[in-house]
Amino acid sequence: MGDIFVLAEHREGELREVTLEMLTLAGQLGGNVVCVLLGSGVDDYASKVAGYSDKVIYIDDPIFANFNAMAYQAALSELIKSEKPSVTLIGNTGQGVDIIGSLAVELEVPFTTDAVAVTLEGDKPVVTRQYYGGKINGNINFKDADTYIIGVREAAIPAGEGGKSGEVAKTANPVTAEITARKFLEYVEAAVGDVDITQSTLLVSIGRGIREDKNMPMVEELAQLMGADISGSRAVVDAGWLPTDRQVGISGKTVKPKLYLALGISGAFQHVTGMKGSDLVVAINKDPDAPIFQYADYGIVDDLLKVVPALIDKLKEMKG
Amino acid sequence: MNIVVCVKQVPDTSDPDTEVHIDGTGRGVDQSKFSFVINDADNYAVEEAILLKEKHGGEVTVVNIGGEAANQVIRMALAKGGDGAVRLDDESFVYSDVVATARLLKSAIKDLGCDLVLTGCMASDDGYGAVGIALAQMLEVPHAAYVKTVEVVDDKKLKVGRELEGGLLEMNEIEMPCLLAIQTGGNEPRYASFKGIREASKKEIKVMDLAATGLSADEVGESGSVAVMTQYSVPEVGDLAEMIEGDPAETSAKLANILKEKGLV
Ligand SMILES: Cc1cc2nc3c(=O)[nH]c(=O)nc-3n(C[C@H](O)[C@H](O)[C@H](O)COP(=O)(O)OP(=O)(O)OC[C@H]3O[C@@H](n4cnc5c(N)ncnc54)[C@H](O)[C@@H]3O)c2cc1C
Ligand SMILES: Nc1ncnc2c1ncn2[C@@H]1O[C@H](COP(=O)(O)O)[C@@H](O)[C@H]1O
Repeated sequence: MGDIFVLAEHREGELREVTLEMLTLAGQLGGNVVCVLLGSGVDDYASKVAGYSDKVIYIDDPIFANFNAMAYQAALSELIKSEKPSVTLIGNTGQGVDIIGSLAVELEVPFTTDAVAVTLEGDKPVVTRQYYGGKINGNINFKDADTYIIGVREAAIPAGEGGKSGEVAKTANPVTAEITARKFLEYVEAAVGDVDITQSTLLVSIGRGIREDKNMPMVEELAQLMGADISGSRAVVDAGWLPTDRQVGISGKTVKPKLYLALGISGAFQHVTGMKGSDLVVAINKDPDAPIFQYADYGIVDDLLKVVPALIDKLKEMKG
Repeated sequence: MNIVVCVKQVPDTSDPDTEVHIDGTGRGVDQSKFSFVINDADNYAVEEAILLKEKHGGEVTVVNIGGEAANQVIRMALAKGGDGAVRLDDESFVYSDVVATARLLKSAIKDLGCDLVLTGCMASDDGYGAVGIALAQMLEVPHAAYVKTVEVVDDKKLKVGRELEGGLLEMNEIEMPCLLAIQTGGNEPRYASFKGIREASKKEIKVMDLAATGLSADEVGESGSVAVMTQYSVPEVGDLAEMIEGDPAETSAKLANILKEKGLV
């Protein structure tokens, strides 16, 4: 095993955790861990990632102040061609998915995305991925090649302590041509609403399983009885049943209530990422195989349209 | 503005009766208990295409790789306002990975002379989230992933918002022709009208087999792939939830008691 490239990810002045997770994975695979840092004036990230790397290739260029897929791809493509790493790991994130497929096709390198585990068979990586919303796993068998590109799921592999101290090699950007076809303009923060669900003690959280917005009053009644706030999955927000700021998950909020009552939520990892820190999770879902039950303390396999009204009655009874 | 929109037919995993079981080959799933729908993100891509057409004119072509059953999702996209469709269908396409899939889509798209290609950001069954981006590279056009907002700047340029973690929008300007991989939630997918459905039944769905794609057998299917899924397995799960059994009256009573004991209600 030769070099393993890990693309550092940063955004708005923050080095993202997925970087350390991938560096940890690279260390476990046993290669020479090389962190590729594309940034502008981010020496502090360079020293941070050096603690997890055998070497840091740091390209300091204003073009990398903010993520630009075309600038990133151009630089990475040159680096992979010149340095010939055995494997390149890229976060399967909003940034990473914007370059993994195109970079791999450009270089004609075997690749896959959203790995939850990576092992080696000889020098060849074997990737485990999830299919059908996390209901089954599948193994990826790469065509033989000198190098591979793998997108790694965020929060799938915990970051370790580091304990390395790689040299930081500041390198000139191998790409000098101006990028015109795509330009970064600005970031626009997500809207803030009336309730901050990250501070809620009790959450009644709804998913596509509530079926129609005519079932919302039932949910509101339950939440009111419990003194809970209402949150939901992306599917429910997409449908317009809840405002965007009530969305729990990777592209929404991370919540840590004392109780997370999940009604008709399947438990896709993008959702679970945002709620697995809850103290007590109760899930009601008609499908006994729904992944949400893997993260719940208590589960009820039944139609929520029957259980919720019954629960409302019981709570009313208890309150007298 | 001429637009191509790629739509995939996928099992409806939001339906509790859709069971996913690995079949005897270990490389497929038993489809007998599937109901099929258009992939969620592709539904938003179709809507975006039709909104753009309504505002700026042009034609929308629907492209799919799938068997005859996929006509159902193609027809629905045509009923909403698509003008024509291509379905790529050949036994040799089975087991195509991201690269082979993108290559097939390219064969159908390359001669259409379109300004914009839309895909969904991710298919809910395989979850690669990569076909669109690989396709853009093959078509040699710029692209953007996880696109939630699209605005036309002028006849050469779009302003797009890419949705990142935490809901942050990354605004970009991108030159056409280009490819956008559309995220869910950026618009409100319409329902097809009866009139639309009637008209869609008269629109042509052109079917392309391997010969029609101009590709060779070793460019498609498993032999044309670089990363093949070879073995499904049932994931190991840790501690499952403690299941509360009984009819709704019983389960709700038990749950209410648990919540009360824990001081949560
Ligand atoms: C880049 C990206 C970011 C994403 N970010 C997020 C995010 O931040 N948050 C998020 O939630 N998702 C996110 N998603 C979407 C995610 O992948 C899932 O599609 C989504 O979480 C599914 O929502 P759901 O569980 O409500 O719906 P589904 O997956 O459709 O599940 C519905 C569930 O309801 C059950 N059900 C149906 N009827 C009933 C009934 N009568 N009684 C009881 N149960 C019933 C079904 O068995 C099923 O399990 C993201 C996806 C992408 C690609
Ligand atoms: N069989 C197919 N037919 C048409 N479009 C497809 C097909 N497979 C993938 N796509 C497109 O590529 C997008 C991303 O798919 P994936 O990379 O598999 O997650 C989908 O949302 C579709 O728009």
